[in-house]
Formats: sequence, C-alpha cells, structure tokens
Amino acid sequence: MNLELAARINSFLAALVLLTAFAMLAQRRMNGLIHLFAWQGLLLSINTAIVGYVAARHHLYISSVLTLGLKVVLLPYILQVLIRRLKIHKEIEVVVNIPMTMMIGIGLVVFSYHLTAPIMQLSTMVTRSTLAVALATVLLGLLMMITRRHAVTQIIGFLALENGLFFAATSATYGMPLVVELGVALDVLIAAFIFGIFFFHIHATFESLDIEQMARLKEGD
Amino acid sequence: MPGAPLLLPLLLIPLGAAVVLGLIGDRKYAAEINIFGSAATFAAGLGLALQVYEQGSFMAGGKFFFVDAFNIYLAVLTAFVSMTTAIFSRRYMRLEREHGRVGSIRMRFYHAMFQLFIFAMLLCLLTNNVGILWIAMELATLSTVLLVSLYRTPTAIEAAWKYFILCGVGIAQALFGTVLLYFAAEKVLGEGGDALLWTNLSRVSGQLEPTVLSLAFVFLMVGYGTKVGLVPLHNWLPDAHSEGPTPISAVLSGLLLNVALYALVRCKALVDGATQTHHAGNIMMGFGLLSILVAAYSLLRQKDIKRMFSYSSIEHMGIATFAFGLGGPIATFGALLHMLMHSLAKSSIFFTVGHASQMHGTQEMARIRGLFKGNPLVGWGFMLGVMAIVGLPPFGVFTSEFLILTATIKDAPATAPFLLLGLAVAFAALLRRVQPMVCGEVPSWQQPLRAAHVPVILHLVLVLVVGLYLPTFLSDWFQTAVGMLK
Repeated sequence: MNLELAARINSFLAALVLLTAFAMLAQRRMNGLIHLFAWQGLLLSINTAIVGYVAARHHLYISSVLTLGLKVVLLPYILQVLIRRLKIHKEIEVVVNIPMTMMIGIGLVVFSYHLTAPIMQLSTMVTRSTLAVALATVLLGLLMMITRRHAVTQIIGFLALENGLFFAATSATYGMPLVVELGVALDVLIAAFIFGIFFFHIHATFESLDIEQMARLKEGD
Repeated sequence: MPGAPLLLPLLLIPLGAAVVLGLIGDRKYAAEINIFGSAATFAAGLGLALQVYEQGSFMAGGKFFFVDAFNIYLAVLTAFVSMTTAIFSRRYMRLEREHGRVGSIRMRFYHAMFQLFIFAMLLCLLTNNVGILWIAMELATLSTVLLVSLYRTPTAIEAAWKYFILCGVGIAQALFGTVLLYFAAEKVLGEGGDALLWTNLSRVSGQLEPTVLSLAFVFLMVGYGTKVGLVPLHNWLPDAHSEGPTPISAVLSGLLLNVALYALVRCKALVDGATQTHHAGNIMMGFGLLSILVAAYSLLRQKDIKRMFSYSSIEHMGIATFAFGLGGPIATFGALLHMLMHSLAKSSIFFTVGHASQMHGTQEMARIRGLFKGNPLVGWGFMLGVMAIVGLPPFGVFTSEFLILTATIKDAPATAPFLLLGLAVAFAALLRRVQPMVCGEVPSWQQPLRAAHVPVILHLVLVLVVGLYLPTFLSDWFQTAVGMLK
C-alpha cells in the first residue's frame, strides 16, 4: 500500500468517525446510540491497523486489537446488558433543539481546524490532517455530555470523547507508547465497572436515570 | 545509578494492603491492618527520603521511577497523612457503623479503596513517565468515586456522579495535552516510551516546539486544574468533600489536590523551558487569583461545615497555584511550603470537624455549639487548626503566605491587593463561623464521644514547629526544588 492511498483511506475513515460523532448528537434511542458507539470504535480500530501497517509500527496492531475488543465488543455489550437490566432499552430520550446542537457542533469542528492548523504544518506524517477531526470528536463528545440529561447518554458521550483522544494519539504521533495505551485501556475498563454500579445506585435512589433530578446540591443563599 | 531498595516497598505496601483488606473483608482488626499498612508505607517513605537526602535525586527501576527533592517531600507527606487518617478513621468509621450509616460490605470496600487510592497517588508522584502519571491520576479519581457515594444518600450519589463526570472530562483534556506533549517530544527524543520521561523532557525542553507546547499547556491546565479544584473548574469539589465520609474528605483535600498541582507544576516547568516566556505562569496566576477570590466570598455564605472547609481548600490551592505561576525563588519556595502546611492543617481540621459533626449528628454549622466544653480536645484542636489555616502566626501557614505575599509585592504589585483582599475575607469568614461553634454552653443534642486525638495533635505540632523553625533538610529540599523549577 503506498502512502498516497493510505492517507486517503485515513482521511475517509476520519470523515466517517466525524459522521458517527454527529449522528450520536442527534440519536435519541438508547440502542441506536450504543450501536453508533460500536461503529465508531470499529472505524478507529481499522484506522489504527492501517496506520500501523503503513508506518510499520507493530505496537499499533496491539492497540487495534485492544480497541476492537474493548470498544466494539466489551463496552457495547456491558452497556446493552445494563440498559436491559434496568429496562430502559426502549426508552427514547427527550432532546431539545437538535438543529441548534448540530450548528454548535459544526462551529466546534471549524474551531478544531483553526486550533490545530499550526501543528499540522509542523507534522510530516501521513495522518496529520486527521488531528483536527480527532479534536472535533473530543469536543463533540463534550457537547453531547452537556446537552443530554440521561446518565447512560452522558457515559456514551464520555466514551466517545475518549475515542477522540485515542484517535488523536494515532493521528498525531502514530500512537502513544504501548505501556501508556494499556494503562488507559485499563482505566476505561475500571470506569466501565464503576458507571455500571452507578447506574444501579442512581436507579435505586431516584427511580430513573434522568439526572435532571439530581439537583439537590446547590449553593444555599 | 544507585539502587533504591525502598522504592518498590513504598508502592507495593499500599497495593498489597488493598488486596489483603479486600480479601479479609470487614473483620474486627481490618482498621488496625489499615493503620499498620499505612504506617509501613510511611516508614518506607522515610527511608527513601533519607536516601534522597544523602545521595540527591536518582532514577530507579530502569528509568521508570524518578525521585527528587520535589516529589519525595510530597510522597512522604502523602504517606504520613494517609497514616494519620487511617488512625482517625478507625474510631470515626466504627461510630458510623454503630449509627448504621455503613454496613459490612461497604466497610470492606472502604478499606480496600482507601489503600488503592494511596497507591495511585504515590505512583503519580514517583513515576518518571508523563503517561503513567495521567493513568495513576485517573486511577486515584476512580478509586475514590464510590467512596464519595459510600452513604448512598441521594445527595451523596449526586456528588459522586458529579465528581466522576467532571473529573473524568477534565482529566481527558489532560490526556489530549499529554498527546500533544508527546508529539513535540518525539521529534527531539525519538519514538517510544523514553520520549515521555520527565528526566529526558526537562533535559531537552529548550528544543521542544513552543507553539505545540503552548497549546498542550492549555489542555494540561484545564485537565489537571480540574483536579486541583481551580475556579471555574471547581464545581465537583465542595460536593465531593461534603458528602463523602470525613476521612475521605481529609485525604482528598490534603493529598489529592496536592498531587494534581504537582503534575501541573512539572508541566509548567517544561513549557517554560520551551517557550522562554511567562505565558504558562500568567495563566496559572489568573486561575489562582480567581480561585482565591471566588472561594473567599463563597466561604461567607456556607451553612454546611465540611462544605465551608472545602471552599477553604480551593482558596489555598489557589494561593499555591498563583505562587507557582508567579515563579521566582521566594514565591516558589513559599508555594512548596504552602502545599505542605495546608495539607497538614486542613486534614487536622477535617478530623476535628468529623468528630464535631458526629457529636451533633449534623454537618449544619448552626447546630454545632459548645465544643470547648463538650469535648475540649475536639474544640481546641478545631480552633487551633482554624487559626493555623487562616494564617495566624506562629503557625507555618503564616510563614508560607508571608513569603508569597512578599514576592507578590515585589514582582507583581498590581495583583497584591486582590491577594490580600482574598486572604482577609477568608480570615473573617472562617473566624466568624468558628467562634460560636466552639464557645458557649453544651446544647442538649450533643453526644459525648471518644475522639481520635493522636492525628490532630501530631498535625498541629508539625504545623507549629515548621512555623517556628524550618528544619534544614526541608529548606534544602525546597531550595533544590526551586532550582529545578526555575
């Protein structure tokens, strides 16, 4: 595979990652969100493997397999089991003003390109143009966490944000050192167990996973 | 390269203790094992400190760990406060059990997670790798999230959720900053784990690309700044401190904030080396000053005692961040001392506050009365702790604040009035609240209690001693650290 082709595939995958990030912003069904998250993970995994092959960085194959196992199989599975157990898998979230959110999202993408422009000039890597998309994915995950009011959606937003970070690491630097990537994966796994426990606690205490209800801790006047 | 026989024990004892405590569960002697584990950790820390004192800074474990004057004093402090907190928590948690607030399973979980948290913080401090630092910081958050919600009340769950989400998002920004840092570093140092080592990075910091590092610092500042609790990223902090068990409030406030600030200061030194400007310092000064002022005014309207002291933590972390941002030998020296003094004074306050709220069955300040008469030790410990934290001489906080103020008047006179205003408002706000709580008659709802007095006395004596006379080894370390951070 020559570099030209690899750069094109990389850009194409980056575009698809961005598309899934926007699709998540607009998706109201729990099941649909989890599927989108799994697709995003799959795109990342393929991208990592291709970068690893082109740049002959073999530790990226390990990252790629790790991503596949963790973000395409394990995390979506855990989330599916959780929402089934909590009987919210058919729930449709009330999301206000999706068009407005999309417009803000587009603004964030432009902002990401602006912010990373000086860095892209410094880089010589085939993947350099995707750093902006990676930052945009991070910011879109953040936007999702801000605009949504459901505990499960917030967690998916958080995981999407983490996907963006992983994408940034592969596109800016051909991946972080392996020990760091393994550690990050471990942290994500622990976090998954913790939010699993949390969902049950919140559900048991508030009888719903709508975090609008959690507004007791306010500054007294 | 000299070996460091005590470095691995320092990390493995808390990790082993976490496993042991998780396995044995809620036995009668679990609290004693918790104390014993922390004491052994502290002993290993002291031994390591002695080695650093004799040989200077060194790397160990194949460049994986790095010990110098800056992180060793924080590591010893972490081990020390975790030991005293374990002593305090024995009586405190026993009473909480008797009151039916926690059960057997949660006690098992509490002990194991406490030790895991100590391990994560020590790993943060001692690792040489910026990536591992991030991982350990995230682990420190994750291990305390479910401790904040230990009581399972609606407010505790809300606080823990906020802590989990906000710190998770915050620290994600720090990871992006770390990626950018690695991007700049691998151009100079080549690919692989070596490009993320503090020792290598600080050696070549002058060659790192300044534009990338400036951008990286913004992300690192937002990320680690969230964990330090700097305004406007502080929303999680008062909730997490007030809703969790008091021993956890003490270690969160006294230790975790310090560790996050440590990460930030190390990053700042790198960025300064690359950009050769005061860009990073200015950002830190801005965040610091804003934190001091917002926290000082928030102190005025608090009703919950633990919530009030968590705002005081934000104020003091603001002071230290401001001083590190200001830079220069005196301000940096003051900031290092301030981290130490705040940690000791604030955790002793949380110990007494915990007992005071147990005596009255509430954290509401309006219902806490007559501490001097009810329990002189808790009353006086509380009063003296507050006097130390507001910066009255002869306590050590006065020394550090005085140093910082002197440097501010000299190097950045325009900011000095704001700093003074913040300190004065905090002073008035705290003393106004504390005075009615300690004086007066014992109210009818107050219950007598056997307080854990050793931790409080130990902490206050140390704060007093350092205020009167700074030991030479400590000032030597601070001088060395100042030299490194220049």
